[in-house]
Amino acid sequence: MNDSQIRGAEIVIKSLVAENARYIFGYPGGAIMPVYDALYDYMDHIQHILTRHEQGAIHAAQGYARVSGHVGVCMATSGPGATNLITGMADALIDSTPLVCITGQVASHLLGTDAFQETDVVGISMPATKWNIQVRKVEEIAPAIAKGFHIARSGRPGPVLIDITKDAQTAMGEFNYVPCLNIRSYRPYPKVEESIIAKAAKLINEANRPYVLFGQGVVLGKAEKALQDFLDKSGIPAACTLLGTGAISEDHPNYVGKLGMHGNYGPNLLTNQCDVLIAVGMRFDDRVTGDVKRYAKQAKVIHLELDPAEIDKNVKCEVAVLGDCRISLEKLTEKVDRKSHEEWIAAFRKLEAEEKRVVVGNDLSPTKVGLTMGEVIRHINEFKADDAILVTDVGQHQMVAWRYFEYKTTRTQVTSGGLGTMGFALPAALGAQLHDYNRQVICVVGDGGIQMTFQELGTIMQTKAPVKVVLLNNNFLGMVRQWQQLFFDKRYSFTELDNPDFIKIADAYNFKVQKVDVRGDLRQAVAEMFVHEGPYFLEVVVEKEDNVFPMIASGSSVEEVRLS
Amino acid sequence: MNKRYTISVFTENFIGILSRITLIFTRRGINIDGFTASESREEGIYRITIVVHTTEEQIIQLSKQIEKIIDVIKAFYYLDDEMVFQEIALYKIPIDNIDSGLERVIRQHNARIISAEKDFVVVEMTGHKEETQELLEVLKDFNVLEFVRSGRVAVAKPMETIDKYL
Repeated sequence: MNDSQIRGAEIVIKSLVAENARYIFGYPGGAIMPVYDALYDYMDHIQHILTRHEQGAIHAAQGYARVSGHVGVCMATSGPGATNLITGMADALIDSTPLVCITGQVASHLLGTDAFQETDVVGISMPATKWNIQVRKVEEIAPAIAKGFHIARSGRPGPVLIDITKDAQTAMGEFNYVPCLNIRSYRPYPKVEESIIAKAAKLINEANRPYVLFGQGVVLGKAEKALQDFLDKSGIPAACTLLGTGAISEDHPNYVGKLGMHGNYGPNLLTNQCDVLIAVGMRFDDRVTGDVKRYAKQAKVIHLELDPAEIDKNVKCEVAVLGDCRISLEKLTEKVDRKSHEEWIAAFRKLEAEEKRVVVGNDLSPTKVGLTMGEVIRHINEFKADDAILVTDVGQHQMVAWRYFEYKTTRTQVTSGGLGTMGFALPAALGAQLHDYNRQVICVVGDGGIQMTFQELGTIMQTKAPVKVVLLNNNFLGMVRQWQQLFFDKRYSFTELDNPDFIKIADAYNFKVQKVDVRGDLRQAVAEMFVHEGPYFLEVVVEKEDNVFPMIASGSSVEEVRLS
Repeated sequence: MNKRYTISVFTENFIGILSRITLIFTRRGINIDGFTASESREEGIYRITIVVHTTEEQIIQLSKQIEKIIDVIKAFYYLDDEMVFQEIALYKIPIDNIDSGLERVIRQHNARIISAEKDFVVVEMTGHKEETQELLEVLKDFNVLEFVRSGRVAVAKPMETIDKYL
């Protein structure tokens, strides 16, 4: 052994530092202890956030990654530590969030012996990761981490797992970090083909009622400006998916609203009236398409997409524009005619007015006694900054907050989209806040979801992250209850909750707390929340049995979107 | 319409790659009829041959999902008439039942005896599944003790090699 050799555990930390990782969200345990020991000497170079549960660690890493655009890093021990990361990996895979997860593993001579806290995490995580690897030799640690970061952040981003046996962590080896820039079997950026661009431009120029749908690909591909330029020139109306929200400001004149099961009336309905559908960085999730057999059948579809496996997966397209959507959009903008589609956009505005009249008015300015989720969001809009980040959990509050929050800029929307992971919001909000303590981070969460990861109030307390938690409490698992009401004859099977005194709990975690159950107190309470500098917990007791509309019932067509 | 397809996958030699590939089929409830893995012409590159019954639409998606795996270099899919393929089958027959009929059967089917032990002989035949299956039916008269058939090995008819994807 010569002097230049260091332990594998230290190589792990030095590799993370070499990748400019700012945070490790993690939780220690037996098989990862050498790495935690090495971390003790690197506290000035990289910050470790001790969450209260590994699921909290990975969701926090996701929140950080989604807002910052950097790779989120989380760490856990073997066995239960590793399996507790799985939900977050599945979430990050379906929502294309770049993560590097590092888990400790039992010593290599114990592999396969059912050793204490041994689990086959590489096997278990296989369908939940973009790539994973088990490292059993010290010299393989740095190359695996380098490859992991490259895979996590390039192309369509996703989660990567690196499982490191304890003996590899304790063995001595050289540290010589070589970033990974190329893997011969992996081509993350298909080249945009000019002939395809020309074909797409021709279709667009000949269209009478073209319609743009944009998703998170625009954000991931840093194509926000390219999309805006394309819309400015082409005059085409544009609607967003849940995760694409904020990619362009909702104030943009071509912006017509949101797609999907609880999106806006016009954008859903008119999907079946456009003649050319231009999908940008979105994957035609079933929550967007409804019954796919009755989805945009009249339209010629142009699909701008980075991932070849998304082409024709759910919706067949006429022109597949493979490649980085920023480049494709820039090239298309050059080739499309300058137009305005006033009449066509007016069709959206007309339906928007109808939605306002039937739904939005009652949601935002209700006249009934009970408080609505919508009016809480209205007051948040009143006081929030333009770059405030909204983090939501899953359920009714998620859909209402999404519908009414005024998104002005990119990367302000953090939610669990594809997987629909309850419990996501609280730790994700922490991660989002850690990216920038000076940005407003508002965590809107329901009474069901918050109790799935409630313990992370402790992490927020310890980090003093000034997260504003807004609990919309209807003492129900509201979205499931809504379905039970509409589709299961009001048989409310296990959806009503006897809840604890949330205020006492948040108070115990040193949050400044406030509870509102009458309309008269709401505005003032929201105002106070935004003035307070530290973590804040606002509980609003809302109407027990409100429903979210518009709605496309499961199995229905987008044109069957209902307002009530 | 369901047809028999062969997927030819070129991969890096990476632990777990077979699991990642088979998961794509399992998740979609598609049965794998044949699965063979071996080295390819290029050193370090493995070649996996998978046979499935499915639709053209599905086979396109399956191939794309396989190609999406980081360590997969390329996946091609073919119908039977686009490939030259072969399978091998072994038949274990007890010595007691052997009479001159066996010689005729072996000659007719282009099979051969590759091993003769005290109690049994092992017949080997290469061919398409239908052919090795037919021999099995015939040999049933000789009381086949064991039968095993390999997965398919196949080369494609189009004159394309994997080099251009490296």
